Amino acid sequence: MAKHATPLLDQLESGPWPSFVSDIKQEAASRAKNEKGIDYQIPVDACEDLLGVMELSYVHKRTHWKHGGIVGVFGYGGGVIGRYCDQPEMFPGVAHFHTIRVNQPGGKFYTTEYLRQLCDLWELRGSGLTNMHGSTGDIVFIGTTTPQLEEIFFELTHNLNQDLGGSGSNLRTPSDCIGEARCEYACYDTQALCYALTMEYQDELHRPAFPYKFKFKFDGCPNCCVASIARSDMSFIGVWKDAIKIDQKAVQAYIGGELKPNAGAHAGRDWGKFDIQKEVLDLCPTKCMWMEGGKLVIDDKECNHCMHCINVMPRALRIGDDRGLAILVGAKAPILDGAQMGSLLVPFIKVEDPYDEIKEVIENIWDWWMEEGKNRERLGELIKRQGFQKLLEVTGIDPMPQHVQEPRHNPYIFWKEEEVPGGWQRDIKEFRKYHQR
Amino acid sequence: MAFISSGYNPDKPMEDRITDIGPRHYEEFYPPVIKANKGKWLYHEILEPGVYVHVSETGDEVYTVRTGGARLMTVTHIREICEIADKYCDGYVRFTTRNNIEFMTPSKETAYALKADLESRKFAGGSFKFPVGGTGAGITNIVHTQGWIHCHTPATDASGPVKATMDVLFDDFKNMRLPAHLRVSLACCLNMCGAVHCSDIAILGYHRKPPILDHEYLDKMCEIPLAVAACPTAAIRPSKVEYEGKTYNSVAVKQDRCMFCGNCYTMCPSMPLADTEGDGIVLMVGGKVSNRISRPTFSKVVVAFIPNETPRWPTTTATIKRIVDVYAANAKKYERLGEWAERIGWERFFEKCELPFTHHLIDDFRDPAYYTWRHTTQFKF
Repeated sequence: MAKHATPLLDQLESGPWPSFVSDIKQEAASRAKNEKGIDYQIPVDACEDLLGVMELSYVHKRTHWKHGGIVGVFGYGGGVIGRYCDQPEMFPGVAHFHTIRVNQPGGKFYTTEYLRQLCDLWELRGSGLTNMHGSTGDIVFIGTTTPQLEEIFFELTHNLNQDLGGSGSNLRTPSDCIGEARCEYACYDTQALCYALTMEYQDELHRPAFPYKFKFKFDGCPNCCVASIARSDMSFIGVWKDAIKIDQKAVQAYIGGELKPNAGAHAGRDWGKFDIQKEVLDLCPTKCMWMEGGKLVIDDKECNHCMHCINVMPRALRIGDDRGLAILVGAKAPILDGAQMGSLLVPFIKVEDPYDEIKEVIENIWDWWMEEGKNRERLGELIKRQGFQKLLEVTGIDPMPQHVQEPRHNPYIFWKEEEVPGGWQRDIKEFRKYHQR
Repeated sequence: MAFISSGYNPDKPMEDRITDIGPRHYEEFYPPVIKANKGKWLYHEILEPGVYVHVSETGDEVYTVRTGGARLMTVTHIREICEIADKYCDGYVRFTTRNNIEFMTPSKETAYALKADLESRKFAGGSFKFPVGGTGAGITNIVHTQGWIHCHTPATDASGPVKATMDVLFDDFKNMRLPAHLRVSLACCLNMCGAVHCSDIAILGYHRKPPILDHEYLDKMCEIPLAVAACPTAAIRPSKVEYEGKTYNSVAVKQDRCMFCGNCYTMCPSMPLADTEGDGIVLMVGGKVSNRISRPTFSKVVVAFIPNETPRWPTTTATIKRIVDVYAANAKKYERLGEWAERIGWERFFEKCELPFTHHLIDDFRDPAYYTWRHTTQFKF
């Protein structure tokens, strides 16, 4: 018997998509039954009370969580999001309902053994409710009490060899696309770089030392499956520099219809017979492809590696062998100055363990932003405030046309004094010798 | 409920403390076929909605079955995922960047047996536990946020609208009939945690009333300069306020400059703004993150307000369904929703999707707003 009536939420149990309400109800029932005889460390009816407070929110159409909440574990300045219900008498099971961020493994690959260890820990010491996963990448444990935080952290680190993720004004938990683990487009090992930088910058991740939050994301190619270009202050996107590799026999197999375009992604509808002219050559953004004597030709110098032709004919076209990544910086959501996507800073950099060149770019940017960034100013906003030129200066990167979509159209151009012959210190008397008042 | 110690000693908190060990190493969790073929993949194929094969230069194959996940899930559900992974995949499983679940196996037969098993599992209320799909030119999972389940600043819920929307778009999760893949995201406030600013269709929680000022407590609870600096339109200034016969250090909000972003509340607990009738949903369209053909783009606001209609948000889901169907009927193959809208012109987009164009959709935020107006005689009647 449910503790609270939830007539509105009950309506979200029907329909085909997996119902979070049904799932929470099954967890509530499992806790009430407690077949394993667990000595639950937070209220047994936490899930019931969560449904209760949600139902009240569905009636009021307002949240019932109090503002903020500052909790954590000793040694760290982040990793736990404190939360308290604003109706603790009605819903004591969720009076405390803190979230713990647990740093996920690269590519979000798991063994069931490990997932079960997490479940056992969280069932005992938390609500049994999770997010798989948070937008930034973390495994998210939703709902526990303050006294359990250190206990959970102790078990995570001692028994599971597992650390917390980031929160606050620091380096947040980095995340990656599946990369070379299961994708033929990957231009570098996203998991290796993501892991190496996460480990290198553990201090920056656990102890907030920045003006505001800072995120890394690692995409293996410009398809951007982890959306680094939109969702990370520093976006690492794989690219290649040399020629796209063409298998002319496979090209013919696409033209002949033996191979399905785009690996069969459009199979749900009849789009007619594959037309290489219409579907590939004419859609190439730089028009650098053509057919010559029945063969596909690519003028690779003019290719901007958008991935379209490779995406359409994955068995005929492959990424080049001279591989690396591009670094784009400054992406953020709208608050405060407006949304930004990453802006190209480094067009190409080799990805070689121990990644010293990449770390140098990161650390140069941090040195600048940590000193100059205002309180709660994202990197993208600092770049807008002080100028892209300043970013180039602090990273020691020479300006190049690739840095802009287009040159400026206003002529309000700053010059440095040393760039101008004679400098800026001038005498009006000297000027007046030749120009009467 | 008896307290069970983990071994942590609260009297000596720093003793025996382990820190800075980071995540577990990814290689511990790779299925053997992934470990053996990493970096050697030659090509892939989508065999049917939700089922992939990747073929390696070694000749090895890995079949992947992708299933929808509610993201918000319980340990009971995760254990069921584990049970399935043990039965078919030697105890390996992964999650995608859009919170779907992927089961991998080197055997095609196993993959199809697995698929049949996944689709047979239902929750007590009747919804699928593991619907297979989310691949190719269709609609996959909705990247979303906390909503009323856990956050203090939302203007709408997350899990509820997502469930309601995915129920309406379910056929396109199971099919690949669209011109290109279509990404839907939701954020319950304009902090836009997640991908709302860069999605084909985005659902955004929005307020329409200025904050209520808790003068009696404001100076005690808030760092006033931070609240002042939190406002993108400079609507907030420090102020001495008379309230119930007493004078308090507080703030004043110029209501006609407030556009209800809620960022001051993020910084100051004494400025709540949530409201039953005021809050609701903004719809945005036309964003993308990939660099395929065209550059990545931001999503644009096309519906300024839809009320929060608990528990199923019917106006929101019907509007989204209409946009999807008009896009599906009109766009060219490979054309993302934003590319289509740009090609036909936004005036045509509004006409075809039968969306009213209101003044709220015209940008008025600082200098860049100018670049969104039309500086040409090129337009369609």
